[in-house]
Parts: sequence; C-alpha cells; structure tokens
Amino acid sequence: MNNKRKIYIGLMRVAMMLCTALTASLVLFLLGYVLIKGTPNITWELLSTKPSYLTERIGILPDILNTVYVVLATLVIVLPLGVGAAIYLTEYAKNKKLVGMIEYAAETLSGIPSIIYGLVGMLLFSNNFGTSLLAGSLTLVIMNLPTVMRTTQESLKTVPQSYREGAFGLGAGQWRVIRTVVLPGCVDGVVTGSILSVGRILGESAALLFTAGFAHALNGIFEGLTSPGATLTVALYVYAKEEGEFGVAFAIAAILMILTLIINLSATLVGKYYVKRRSV
Amino acid sequence: MHRRFFRDIFEWIRNKNSKTYENIIHGIFLILGLITVGCVLLITVYLIISGIPAIKEIGLFDFLFGKEWASTAGEPKYGILPFILTSIYGTAGAIIIGVPIGFFTAVYISKLSDKKIRSVMESAVNLLAGIPSVVYGLVGMLVLVPAIREIFNIPDGASLLAAIIVLAIMILPNIIKVSVTALDAVPKEYEDASLALGATDIETYFKVSVPAAKSGIAAAVVLGVGRAIGEAMAVMMVAGNVANMPSLFQSVRFLTTAVASEMAYSSPGSLQRNALFSIALVLFLFIMLINATLNFFLKRDKEK
Repeated sequence: MNNKRKIYIGLMRVAMMLCTALTASLVLFLLGYVLIKGTPNITWELLSTKPSYLTERIGILPDILNTVYVVLATLVIVLPLGVGAAIYLTEYAKNKKLVGMIEYAAETLSGIPSIIYGLVGMLLFSNNFGTSLLAGSLTLVIMNLPTVMRTTQESLKTVPQSYREGAFGLGAGQWRVIRTVVLPGCVDGVVTGSILSVGRILGESAALLFTAGFAHALNGIFEGLTSPGATLTVALYVYAKEEGEFGVAFAIAAILMILTLIINLSATLVGKYYVKRRSV
Repeated sequence: MHRRFFRDIFEWIRNKNSKTYENIIHGIFLILGLITVGCVLLITVYLIISGIPAIKEIGLFDFLFGKEWASTAGEPKYGILPFILTSIYGTAGAIIIGVPIGFFTAVYISKLSDKKIRSVMESAVNLLAGIPSVVYGLVGMLVLVPAIREIFNIPDGASLLAAIIVLAIMILPNIIKVSVTALDAVPKEYEDASLALGATDIETYFKVSVPAAKSGIAAAVVLGVGRAIGEAMAVMMVAGNVANMPSLFQSVRFLTTAVASEMAYSSPGSLQRNALFSIALVLFLFIMLINATLNFFLKRDKEK
C-alpha cells in the first residue's frame, strides 16, 4: 500500500472520529449545562404559583397549564384531520395526480418555517377571534398535520392487503372495512404521530408568539383556550430576552430538556413495542 | 333524542341506498385529504395578499435592494438587502461548518460504529433534534456570546458569527439523520465488490458508499439550508438584532428576525407592518425554492 493511500485512510478515519466525538460532546455539554444550571432553580414555589408583581415572585404554573391546554387542543383537532387525510390517501384515492398533489402539499407544509406559520396564524385566527391559546393551537394544527398524516400513512401501509380483501369478500362496504379493519391497524401510527407532535408543540415558540401571546394568567381549560397565554417555551423566551431572569429561564429549559428526553424515549419504546408485536 | 333522530336518518340512508351512504363518507374523507392542499393555498394566498401592498408602495427595487432599514425613523426607509444578505451569509456559514461535521458523523454512525455505539449516537442526535430552539438561544446567549466577546475582544459578542455557530449546531441532526438513512440504503453488494477488489473499508465507504448515496446526502444539505434560513427564535437571541449589512463580528438581523422583532409593536395597517409581511413573502419564496430543490433530489433518488 503506497503512502498516499495510507494518508488518505488515516485522515478520513481521524476526521470521522473527531466529528463523531464533537457531536457527542456537544449533546453532552448542552444536556449537562442546562440541567446543572436549571435544576437548582426548579422549586416547588416556582412550579405551583403564578407570577406576582406585589411580592416580585415568579411562578410558572400558568405557563405549564397553558402548555398542557395547547397540547390537548392541538391533538384533539389534528388527529382526526391527519388520520382522515391518511385514510383517504391509502384507502380511497385512485387518482395518482391527486395523491401526488396532496403529498406535495404535505411536504411543502413541513418545510415552511414556524415564523411564517405564526404570521399566517395571526392573520387567519388571531385577527378574527383574538389572540388566544385556541388561535395558537389552530396554527399548530396546520404545522403538525403533515407529521400525523405521514406516520398514519406509514402504519396503514403495513396493514396486509389480504385483511381488506377478506372483509370485502364477506360483503362489507368500504366504510365498514375502514372502521373494523383499517383503523385498528393504524393505532401505532397515530400514537407515534401524537408523540412527535407533542414534542414539536412543546418546542414551538415562533408560531405562538403572535397567535397566543405571552400572558401569564391562571385559567381553567375553557377560559384558558379563549384568552391569551404563554406556553413554557414562549415564557422562556420572554424571561431570558425581555426580563433578564436567567434563573427562571434555565429552570424552564431544564424542564423542557427532561420532557424532550422523555418524549424521545417513549417514541423509541413505542416503535420497538409495535415492531415486536408485528413480528410475532 | 337528537342522537336517536340522527341515527334514524343514517339508518334510513343506509338501508334505502347504501351507495349514497358510502358516497357521503367518501366525500368526507376526500375533504379531509384535501385539507393539506387547502392549507398550502391559504398560506400562499394570504402571504401574497398581505405582502404585495407594501412592495407596491415602496417599489420592488427599493425594497429588495435598498441598503437601509429604518422603519421608525422620521423619514422611514424600507430596504431589506441587509436582511437578505444576512440570511444568505448566515445559512452559508452554518452549512460550511455543519455539513462536514454532520457528514463525517453520519458515515461513522452508518458504517463503522457497532450496534451499541450506534444506538447511543442515534438517541444523542434525536435529542439534539428535539431541543427547543429557545433553549439553543438561551445557551448561545449565555455561553457563546460572552465567549466570542472575550476571544475576539469586541464590545458585544452578539453577532453574525454567534448566529452561524448556533445554526450550524441546529442543522446537525437533520444532516446526520438524512445522510445516515441514505448511507444505510446503499446495497451491500457495492461495498462487497469494492472490498473484494482490494480496497480497504474506509476507502470503500468514501469512494463507493458515499457516491452511491450522494442524492440523499444532497437532500440532507438542502434540508439543512431550509432549517437554517427559517430559524427565528434562536437567532433572535444571539445575533443582536441591529439592521446592519452583514459582517462577521457585527450585530445583524435575519429575514426571520426582522419579522419577529418588529411585529409586536408595529400598528396594524401601517406601512411598517405591511413591509414586515412583504419580508415574510420574500422568505416564503426562498423556502419554496429550497423545497423545489429538495424534491428534485428526493425524486432523483427514488427513480434510481
């Protein structure tokens, strides 16, 4: 083996090792830094109260609740829409051009940056019925539609064609086949889609800033959905950038980091569970 | 009572004419299927309608190539060339730093790592992808910005450089994931043939596997471009947000942050707010161009 080849091989090996080590240490650093800086600031008082100007106390309970409301409202709306769209594509659509168009539209939607969603959401929803969590949720519905659609579609493709044919052969109509054979088969896709959507909703800030606003009022779910409110990420942004409250910001960052970890873990576990069940 | 009434109607339709019943349901699913198309159309139409007036008033040339943005000055100026150039330079910088790192990591994960390391690296990359952008912004603000200030000895570290580094880290997971998928899909026979001809493993990976996966890797890069040019919050927290022409150590404003930073205090209907919508329209056109490129690479991959 000549020297040139040896040098090339050595260089490439070193480059790969270095880059992988760099990526890994970046993740470790981010995780460690945020957790170390954030966890000491997570106190029961912070988690269980709302901000008060009188006592100059900061609490993030309203932001936690707002996040939960937004997640729930978005999922309740996006799941039927996304699953329905996926069912149309795999079960009904015969026209190739139409399918291509719908899939192209879904790809386009997933490429649009969240700040543009924020603007359009503001024009479409907030200008019509006010800056509110519901306006924010509706914006997030459009954002997450392609995700739910894609995961459901993937899982529908794994429902064996013979199941459908069997049901048709027994005289079932299209709708009955969908209800009894197809829908039960796409549960894993719906679960995966929901987990991915929850992760995306938790991390979203630019699309919510102008649609859901940044109030910290303590509300019940119905009152909350119709009034403006900040989710955890938006609250993080406001506390860090506008108010310079870095302790609170890091506490929220640590909470978000832990939630991200949990979401990733559950996505992996759910994936593994369904692969296992399929292979049995 | 109501429920029974509706159920009776459904029963009636079903018994009377099951074809009509099926057609109604088919129609409902058709509408659900077309929602994505409707959303894309809605977004496009809204952005064009709200973006055109300001461009008309300012003049297309003055708007796109004006070097000065002073929306709140006595004699307001609305030139967005600084934002366009900053977005392009920032994205290019992030690509130049992020792509090589992501590429080599992807080759390692796909080809060299054993099962254990691979699963650890994959969850690390997934975590990187899942971290909210405001968290990147926060860490950038408190670690990167002071570090740049110290190292380069400048008064303020919030700069284009800080934004580039943050963006480079944020696009890493996209680049790694898509490249790994492309590299995994290279047929084993290609590699076996190369190995049998006397090439070493590393030579095989870089001279056979990588060229075979080049469409997928190109798609990964384009995806990274899309994410970098569209990122708003993290950039807003580290780039300083002054409408300067781009320069590495100066505070700059991107297309995304130009929209985000003034939206809150511009009054509805004013030329300032309309100009912000025009900026969003320009950003949208960039994204559509990137999407078209992405589709080109993905399609080419499928056809092969």
